[in-house]
Amino acid sequence: MTLLEKLHTDVRFLEGLNACINCGTCTAICPAAAVFDYDPRLIAETLQSNDEVELEMLLKSDTIWYCGECMSCKTRCPRNNAPGLLIQALRYLSQTAGLFVESEKGRQQLAVKRTVGTWILENGYCLYAENMTMDMHPEQGPVWEWLLNHAPESFNRMGANYKGDGAGPLRAIAPEALAELQAIFDVTGGTQFYETIEAYSAQKALSMNMQFDQTTDCEYFKHVYTANERNHSRK
Amino acid sequence: MIAEGKRHIWKDYQKEIADNNYYYARSCVRQNFFPASEQTFLRVMKHELGKEVFDDPLHTTCTGIAYHADVVNLPTIMTVVARQFALMTRQGLSNFVPSCITSFGIYTEILETWEHFPETLEQTRDFLYKATKREFKIPDNLAHSSDVIFKFKEQIAARAMFKLVNHISGKPLRGVEHIGCHYAKMFPHKGVGGAEYPYVLAGMIEAWGGEVIDYPERRHCCGFGFRQYVVQANRGYSLAHSQKKFESMEPYSPDFIVTNCPGCPFFLDRWQYVISETEGKTYGPDGHGIPVLTFEELTGLVLGYDPWELGLQAHQVAVEPLLDKMGITYDLSRKFVGRDGNKLGTPDKPTHLKVYGYGR
Repeated sequence: MTLLEKLHTDVRFLEGLNACINCGTCTAICPAAAVFDYDPRLIAETLQSNDEVELEMLLKSDTIWYCGECMSCKTRCPRNNAPGLLIQALRYLSQTAGLFVESEKGRQQLAVKRTVGTWILENGYCLYAENMTMDMHPEQGPVWEWLLNHAPESFNRMGANYKGDGAGPLRAIAPEALAELQAIFDVTGGTQFYETIEAYSAQKALSMNMQFDQTTDCEYFKHVYTANERNHSRK
Repeated sequence: MIAEGKRHIWKDYQKEIADNNYYYARSCVRQNFFPASEQTFLRVMKHELGKEVFDDPLHTTCTGIAYHADVVNLPTIMTVVARQFALMTRQGLSNFVPSCITSFGIYTEILETWEHFPETLEQTRDFLYKATKREFKIPDNLAHSSDVIFKFKEQIAARAMFKLVNHISGKPLRGVEHIGCHYAKMFPHKGVGGAEYPYVLAGMIEAWGGEVIDYPERRHCCGFGFRQYVVQANRGYSLAHSQKKFESMEPYSPDFIVTNCPGCPFFLDRWQYVISETEGKTYGPDGHGIPVLTFEELTGLVLGYDPWELGLQAHQVAVEPLLDKMGITYDLSRKFVGRDGNKLGTPDKPTHLKVYGYGR
């Protein structure tokens, strides 16, 4: 199956692209276009051309990773297109085809997978306080540092049930609920998708001559988490 | 556009919000950064309004942040969502109320997709049964928790201990309302007031005596951007968009910002701290920032709840100037204590941002 054929099976592609009239309304409203060299109008135009080579170039590029998926484009499009939905379909395809590792922004998917992706299955939350360390999140400021240093008391003062049994904010998610989440990932291809991201990242680390292991301390993880060539803004 | 015109548009976008018997799905972000807000929602619903809300320990993340950061695929998140619906179904409930705006957008999008592509609904039912042996019904009513508070805003106003009014001058306090993007930008008809003139928070501010500020970047994203915040290298994206909003609202001298998304108040609070540290710039008077509240916190203040039980000590931008304007008294010696009143020390003081009750 060609990349185009695969793209055309994604319901987000089917929902996201009707006949685009190239008016540029999406670009005018797009937050990503304000800070990056990014133009959602061109995404729609490229996909509308049905060109396999152009599509492959897009999947290897930084371009598809600039969008913040706020979906402001969906609101304003006069033809009910949604470049944000197209981006979701493109990113999925870029990862399953192993093309995401060809761009700086694409390679960051390993960092996403090993943070929020992993926390989902380990904790049952996309974010979990103890994982939001000051080292990884210095912008959090002294009040967050105080909250972390005094957990669980600081959180429980605010009504949390920090790592406790039963209901409540920040409760420990029961093992049987975590097991069901894992089973859902296994059955639906979610686990395989994680493994795909890991496998292509390991290959790329090897070609970049970077140390790679399963932790967030390895050279490749730190590189993709922090590297910024600073060539992403509009000239 | 004149206010009357806006009200006319808002009237075109009304939604049905269930009256009672809710299944409450907590938010990953709100639990971590504003845990007291979720408890406040339950307190208001149960004890002020006498409603039944089921708080289920068995539900999990919907995986929405990972889905919008593109490491969770569509069949997976559909099946996780189906599991949440199965837990609701098991309780004999059909009114689903998520705390998170990302989740609300996810649920809305998935329900629409199941309608447009029925084969995806059948596949999801198969996946869920294979993985968990669970079955589910689609909710009769889906409303965000801010929709529910909006529905009962007049009853809350009738029980108010404090109003959004300067207790000395008698003038209405001026509030910026910030709506999470995924509340209505994807599906305008699913939000109170639609996407261009959402009324869900504006209605609360007006009902409780305040005045809503209209400013140029009112509908601009806070800058979360999912992967753009999660990955450290991209965080400038997030900061840049919050700053754009602060610069736009500053000339209107807001007394507070209120939000319905759990992520937005976190970014609008923390990025004010970062801007003050890096540029020495603060957006309120005399070195203060602009206080940023969740809608639950605002509701709790109006109802006279203790500011520290509401979790306002977890904010980096001081909320005390707003409390002073509303005439709310508070005890700074109880700001940084544990549940039993034991002292826990205090955070370090920021360099520029004026704060209260801090140590060094």
